Amino acid sequence: MNNPQLTASGALQHLLSVEGLPREILVQILDTAESFCGVTEREVKKVPLLRGKSVFNLFFEPSTRTRTTFEIAAKRLSADVINLNIAASSQTKGESLLDTVANLSAMQADLFIVRHAQAGAPHLIARHVKPHEHVINAGDGRHAHPTQGLLDLYTIRHYKKDFNGLTVAVVGDILHSRVARSLIHGLSILGVPEVRVIGPQTLMPARVEALGVRVFHDMRAGLKDCDVVVMLRLQNERMRGTLLPSAQEFNKHYGLTAEKLALAKSNAIVMHPGPMNRGVEIDSSVADGPHSVILPQVTFGIAVRMAVMSIIAGN
Amino acid sequence: MSALPDAEKLCSELAERIRPHLTPNTAMIGLYTGGAWLAERLHALLALPEPLGLMDIAFYRDDYHKQGLHHDPKRTKIPFGVEGRDLLLVDDVLYTGRTVRAAMNELFDYGRPACISLAVLADRGGRQLPICAQHVGAKVEVPAGMRLRMKRSDSGALSLELEVE
Repeated sequence: MNNPQLTASGALQHLLSVEGLPREILVQILDTAESFCGVTEREVKKVPLLRGKSVFNLFFEPSTRTRTTFEIAAKRLSADVINLNIAASSQTKGESLLDTVANLSAMQADLFIVRHAQAGAPHLIARHVKPHEHVINAGDGRHAHPTQGLLDLYTIRHYKKDFNGLTVAVVGDILHSRVARSLIHGLSILGVPEVRVIGPQTLMPARVEALGVRVFHDMRAGLKDCDVVVMLRLQNERMRGTLLPSAQEFNKHYGLTAEKLALAKSNAIVMHPGPMNRGVEIDSSVADGPHSVILPQVTFGIAVRMAVMSIIAGN
Repeated sequence: MSALPDAEKLCSELAERIRPHLTPNTAMIGLYTGGAWLAERLHALLALPEPLGLMDIAFYRDDYHKQGLHHDPKRTKIPFGVEGRDLLLVDDVLYTGRTVRAAMNELFDYGRPACISLAVLADRGGRQLPICAQHVGAKVEVPAGMRLRMKRSDSGALSLELEVE
């Protein structure tokens, strides 16, 4: 089966998921992002690569961080950025997803950044855009959030230098997390020997072991000797169902405290995709502590999105 | 076709041609990849006080819309202030002039230098832009369809070679 993300010659045409990307492309994105980090540190934080290109931020689901970092990344590449407030636009008047995209395409769009509650929506758009148009998935349902996965990989490589020999734990609501899925696929493509998922049975996807991870329900056992701890946001809406008794109960068993973190390696880093629920999945003492690289993740996210956009738009 | 000149000899000669033009305000920037190798040598020969700057112009190329982004762009590192500086750009081979234009565009995003001059090991002609080098190791004739490149051996020795484009 041909990969819908790649051109006939194997170059990146769309970014829909980390799953199925060749290792060389992942490494190319991370290497390019490293060079863009240099750009973001200087006085004029702009390069002319996407001059004259139009980037449409199509967010059908609310997001502040991801939308903003995509917008900053596009602007630093000198693109024109158009943010669409979908909730207040045509879709509420009954326009179909593909009609919305066709209309934007008629306005000379070059890149669509798509977030949608429905898994597969960016794939659907990618199948219908013109050859010169590109789609980047900014999160679709529970399926994938590839640029978050990539910025997590970038952060790990930045602090740990190498993926060989690492033990990485992903903690919390694995079931609903597109962030976890994208990261786990990326870690596996880049050859991380041990990836652990830690959480209650009710928040574990069925057959999660098929992703090549070790499953832990006891957080203390799972954190032992980890190099990297990735905490996931516990979405409040999950508490309403029968999956969890309460936030306090979750915090007691799966919240990251300084005491639990001490079980990981002494130089372990703590990551979180945000937004954080302090006192639920992570304590403030850890979030603001010396192991936390949560804010650098946000900064790296801009360089990673610049890398993805400039590689894709040039192919 | 005459034999290609000896790159090691050219490098030493180029350093001596540059030397009389140095000022206390001079700083050097090499363009990846060949220009960076050459700049490392010139920087040492001339014992410049400022650390060497290295630049990859991948984000400023004018053929991005045709060729896409170059693989593995290196991180540009300019460890001194560009503002008001006498800059000496170094590249291995000067041909169309497009690389130098891109480098100048990138430089101005770091600041406004007092002046920029260009030193190259080999000038093969064929300019497509109004750009010239102030310091040239040698003018080299290159047959049509061939590319002139500077190589560096494992021991660090520089050489010029012709390749089929």
